[in-house]
Amino acid sequence: MNLTRRSFLKLAGATAAAATLTGVGLRKASASTGEPLRIRFTKEINTTCTYCGVGCGIICNVRDGVIVNAEGDPDHPINEGTLCSKGASIFNMSYIFDEKGKPRLNPNRLTRVLYRAPGASDYETVDWDWALEEIAKRIKDTRDRTLVETETVNGQQVTVNRTNAINWLGSAWCTGEENYLFHKMVRAMGVINVDHCARL
Amino acid sequence: MAQSICLIDTSKCMGCRGCQGACKQWNRLPAEDTTFVGTYENPPRFSADTFLRVAFREHSGNNGRVDWYMAKLGCMHCTDAACMQACPAGAIFRSDEGTVNIDEVKCIGCNYCVTACPFQVIGFDRLTNKARKCTFCLDRLENGLQPACAKVCPTDSIVFGDKRKLIARAMDRVDQLKAAGKTEARIYGLDEVDGTAMMYVLADKPEKYGLPEDPQVPMQTRIWNAIFKPLRILVVVAVAFGLWVNRSQTKTIEDAKSKNQAE
Amino acid sequence: MTNHWNDYQHSDVIMAIGGNTAENHPISMKWIEKARETRGAKLITVDPRYCRTAAVSDVYVPLRPGTNIAYLGGLINYILQNNRYHEEYVKHYTNASFLIDENYDFDAQTGLFTGAEDDPVRNATKYNMEDWQYQTDDDGEILKDPDLEDPNCAFQLLKKHFAPYSIENVSKMTGAPEDVLEESYELFSSTGEAAKAGNILYAMGITQFTHGAQNTRAIAIAQLLLGNMGIAGGGVNAQRGQSNVQGATDMAMLYHIIPGYNPTPQQTQPTLQDYLDATTPEDNWWSNRPKYIVSLLKAFYGDNATLANDYGYEWLPKLDGLDHSHIPAYKYMRDGEVEGLICVADNPLVGGSSSRAKMDYQKNLKWLVSIDVVENETAAFWKGPGMNPAEIDTEVFILPACAAYERDGEKANSGRWIQWQYKAQDPPGDAKSDLWIVNEMFKKLQALYEAEGGTVPEQITRMHWDYDDENGDIDIVKVCKEINGYNTVTGELVTNFVGLEDDGTTACGNWLYSGYYNNLENPACKRRIREKEGLGFHQEWAFAWPLNRRNVYNRASCDPEGKPWNPDAPVIWWDENEERWVGNDVPDIPGTWTLEQSTENPFIMLPEGVGRLYSIGYQGVGGLRCGPFPTHYEPADSPVPNLLYPNATYSPTSQRFYENHTVETDEERERYPYVATTYRLVEHYQSGSVTRNQPWLNEMMPEMFVEISEEHAEELGISNGDTVLIESLRLYNNGEQGHIEAKACVTKRIQPLMINGEKKHIVGMPFHWGFMGMSTGDSANDLTPSVGDPNTTIPEYKAFLCNIRRA
Repeated sequence: MNLTRRSFLKLAGATAAAATLTGVGLRKASASTGEPLRIRFTKEINTTCTYCGVGCGIICNVRDGVIVNAEGDPDHPINEGTLCSKGASIFNMSYIFDEKGKPRLNPNRLTRVLYRAPGASDYETVDWDWALEEIAKRIKDTRDRTLVETETVNGQQVTVNRTNAINWLGSAWCTGEENYLFHKMVRAMGVINVDHCARL
Repeated sequence: MAQSICLIDTSKCMGCRGCQGACKQWNRLPAEDTTFVGTYENPPRFSADTFLRVAFREHSGNNGRVDWYMAKLGCMHCTDAACMQACPAGAIFRSDEGTVNIDEVKCIGCNYCVTACPFQVIGFDRLTNKARKCTFCLDRLENGLQPACAKVCPTDSIVFGDKRKLIARAMDRVDQLKAAGKTEARIYGLDEVDGTAMMYVLADKPEKYGLPEDPQVPMQTRIWNAIFKPLRILVVVAVAFGLWVNRSQTKTIEDAKSKNQAE
Repeated sequence: MTNHWNDYQHSDVIMAIGGNTAENHPISMKWIEKARETRGAKLITVDPRYCRTAAVSDVYVPLRPGTNIAYLGGLINYILQNNRYHEEYVKHYTNASFLIDENYDFDAQTGLFTGAEDDPVRNATKYNMEDWQYQTDDDGEILKDPDLEDPNCAFQLLKKHFAPYSIENVSKMTGAPEDVLEESYELFSSTGEAAKAGNILYAMGITQFTHGAQNTRAIAIAQLLLGNMGIAGGGVNAQRGQSNVQGATDMAMLYHIIPGYNPTPQQTQPTLQDYLDATTPEDNWWSNRPKYIVSLLKAFYGDNATLANDYGYEWLPKLDGLDHSHIPAYKYMRDGEVEGLICVADNPLVGGSSSRAKMDYQKNLKWLVSIDVVENETAAFWKGPGMNPAEIDTEVFILPACAAYERDGEKANSGRWIQWQYKAQDPPGDAKSDLWIVNEMFKKLQALYEAEGGTVPEQITRMHWDYDDENGDIDIVKVCKEINGYNTVTGELVTNFVGLEDDGTTACGNWLYSGYYNNLENPACKRRIREKEGLGFHQEWAFAWPLNRRNVYNRASCDPEGKPWNPDAPVIWWDENEERWVGNDVPDIPGTWTLEQSTENPFIMLPEGVGRLYSIGYQGVGGLRCGPFPTHYEPADSPVPNLLYPNATYSPTSQRFYENHTVETDEERERYPYVATTYRLVEHYQSGSVTRNQPWLNEMMPEMFVEISEEHAEELGISNGDTVLIESLRLYNNGEQGHIEAKACVTKRIQPLMINGEKKHIVGMPFHWGFMGMSTGDSANDLTPSVGDPNTTIPEYKAFLCNIRRA
């Protein structure tokens, strides 16, 4: 079955070849009643699956800036178009189909910056600037009070510049660039309690 | 029967359920509310929102070994399709690709196909009053793509392709399984209901996967089909009328109930 | 992973131990199936449960959780006793011939190696390793016996150490039937033939033990003996559970390392020179460490890093010699030392050990920042079960982040392939990428210190941080360039790490990644060219660290003359005419070396140049705290005494963090009689915070459950689908027994095991559930102990004792 990849490309891009297919009317077959193929006239974006360490290729079909379909990338040398249940369901991370087959934003995705005050029983919505400034103040306050500048080691004063008062838990979900900057921030803060999912 | 079929080699299925996710994704099907009832198998049955399920079946094997069988289940797209024969409205048709599909516009919601299906894979959508089932991803096939379940399968437990080649492949695989001690290994769907477009290599008896040993079009469906076929138009009108009456009565009762509750 | 996913197609025998590959890395089965179809490969699964991988394998070996060293020790012993090892490989490419100090010994009576002493700081045993060293001549050259006959050579010591791991003993410890053990040993050791490839793949079922590091060592020893390292289809393949856990480790989101697997400076190393002296060996690859470290410091501190100020070395925090990993970090929180927690897409209240206790410790926090795509349990701890929000003064900031396909960046898979993850759509609402968040967060912090000063403000203000584009947004290319490395004078990108210098003329954020983004038009990590023919190494697809090498240690895939052990799958070979290495992969040998040099040093990352059957720290590289050879110790929660070394229960060098935390008395053993293990399901992911918010996946796996055998269920009067209660010592506080709830899955796939004549019931639980999200349930990790491996402090999630009763 070598036709798959070719057809996929032909259909997905808004190309001349795809345009010739416009006339192919679908039978009224179940859920896809009379609508054009989901991936027609969409932009293909190749991305990498976010779950396990295999690193499968996924193609996101995007229309008007919104993902309308996501399936395995047949060109990817590791998965060659295949996926597992998590990878095949990745669309659900953003959208959920309702009873009529219409996509709705996954209601549990966070879309606002939230803040919970001491003793409060709920969050309040805040803006990014406020939250980031307040976080910077908390870090500075804790760090300034707890940073150990020097330590006597074998009778010698040694500069150590560390604090044990902040814990940082990084993530294997973040990209390399993100983790690199997180690492720089961690060490700049003098933080030594740092760990990530490799141990969890 | 179809030129191209799906071959489902159960001995290669590891139960990752990529196909189950891909089916929901491609067909835009909402999830069902399920509970854990002591098996990995979920949802427990086919419905208008579930066209494909992966069976997980445990059996005691030889030498105290466990046989944990997994298999993709769904509409078989039969040659001798009970649903087509049962449908009074002519809403179930065989496509040019050889698949068996329900035309939802023509479907009158009589439910006959649901009861006639020997594999019990047709669901009924109470919201739209239509029967629904696996379409073999007809929309994909017509556009040169493989069915979503076949494309997603990591181990080639589901493959889509030329019927003759896949039958040859299935025969080889059955020989291999038999040589490996799986004496009950067989092809399923070659002769059953005159052949199915979803064909299986089973490592064991069909019942061990929850498949009927000898699937048949129900006799009453055959009789119904033979006797009433010429009278189909009348039947359609009669059934449609019956349903309309039934529904309006139900509606009246429900209206009354809700009114009653409101008061 | 030493090899990579596509390479599995070249294996003749594959052993999945401590990893349910069909479940957790389903696409690996694509390549295992290919090996079976094209080479008639066999798959062995070693697992306490008849798991999804077992269902499609040729040989299934059941074993009691926590007895991997017993099983693998049995394999090593079988290989040695039956002469199944690859002799030429062992002689040339391992330290089998090295002579060890005559005082070295292992005492079966105590279960300890020579040099054991008390470690009051860690509340455990520690070793004085003086008597473990190699014997050397007056010039410091290591003494060897090429015939492997000297009783003090590593090979003979190995033989002696593993002699007690007979099939009979292994069966008693693991519960695996003797015939099944023999079948699996016989099959796997058949790959000792030169042209055969044996592949051992594993995951957290090997590492998450108080003897996790030695489990991995046992795998490495077996693979070295069989000559399976470096070849196509061989290797020690750690299957990473997350899309970028390899990358996050490379980037050192860990207390003990800084990017590129360089150790974090200790307070005993006050100057850069002290640090380099302690960590740089004379020989082989790590002798380049100064170049990587100075370049890293230049990347960190930019123009502020000069020769005069030790390249800013003093601003790097120095460790105090104590453990600062997850378990102790939460203990410090319990003790009130920790005020703030920043949690980036991490959820320790479900994924961490003894998670219920940790929920209480978090009450001591003044502030908590959670960056995630959903509100996870860790962020919502203040409204968790049993919590009274009015009494919890912790401020919580929740910053909404992006899903994977909503942001750009690279991710390193298990096979070290650095692949680009492209953004496909904008995130919803106010959600932002972590890259944007960290950039803005640090800019704010830096500005605050610039404006107000504070304690050692230079540590923050001197950090080089310039990643904005012209609109003030984060420019990812600037980050990529810094990680890849550049010339600090010309600004040109370095081609790879060979171009790095220790004089401040180069900056590089991670030497291993050098080369991944050395071409702005066509960055190596974004390449998408599949190979048309070859071994499936796909050299032009993305980039693999180091230097685009797909199989590391590939020199060992050839015999001493440079001819491939297996001519049918040649990774590289010595071209006699050109006098250099050529082939399907980037050779793991410096290009300037002669054939003889490469034969003497096939494992260039080690100062010895050869694989370690016997492992000690040598010239500052490697070595384990718990001994030169793996030794069977019971897990901390053990149902039986140690059969081989009755006076040693669990790993003596493992740090004891909490009192009365693991099962030690017979009374406790009776209270918690069942051996439990935890695992993942294909339908869910880690702590489940993302997947439990996806209806399709919840539909497939809707609820927390516990798997028990039919016999066990009958004894307890439990039916399939019943709700049951599970208890462990971790939920036994102030004399009160806590529990978690789960649905019973009564299954044939779990069988009680006969352990030294006694029947023991095995219990299995997924750990994905928590109290938040669309699908909620109790966390299996409420039950798991916070004890860890002596080297890594990875918690022992995979073996503990519990009790089960009807709800």
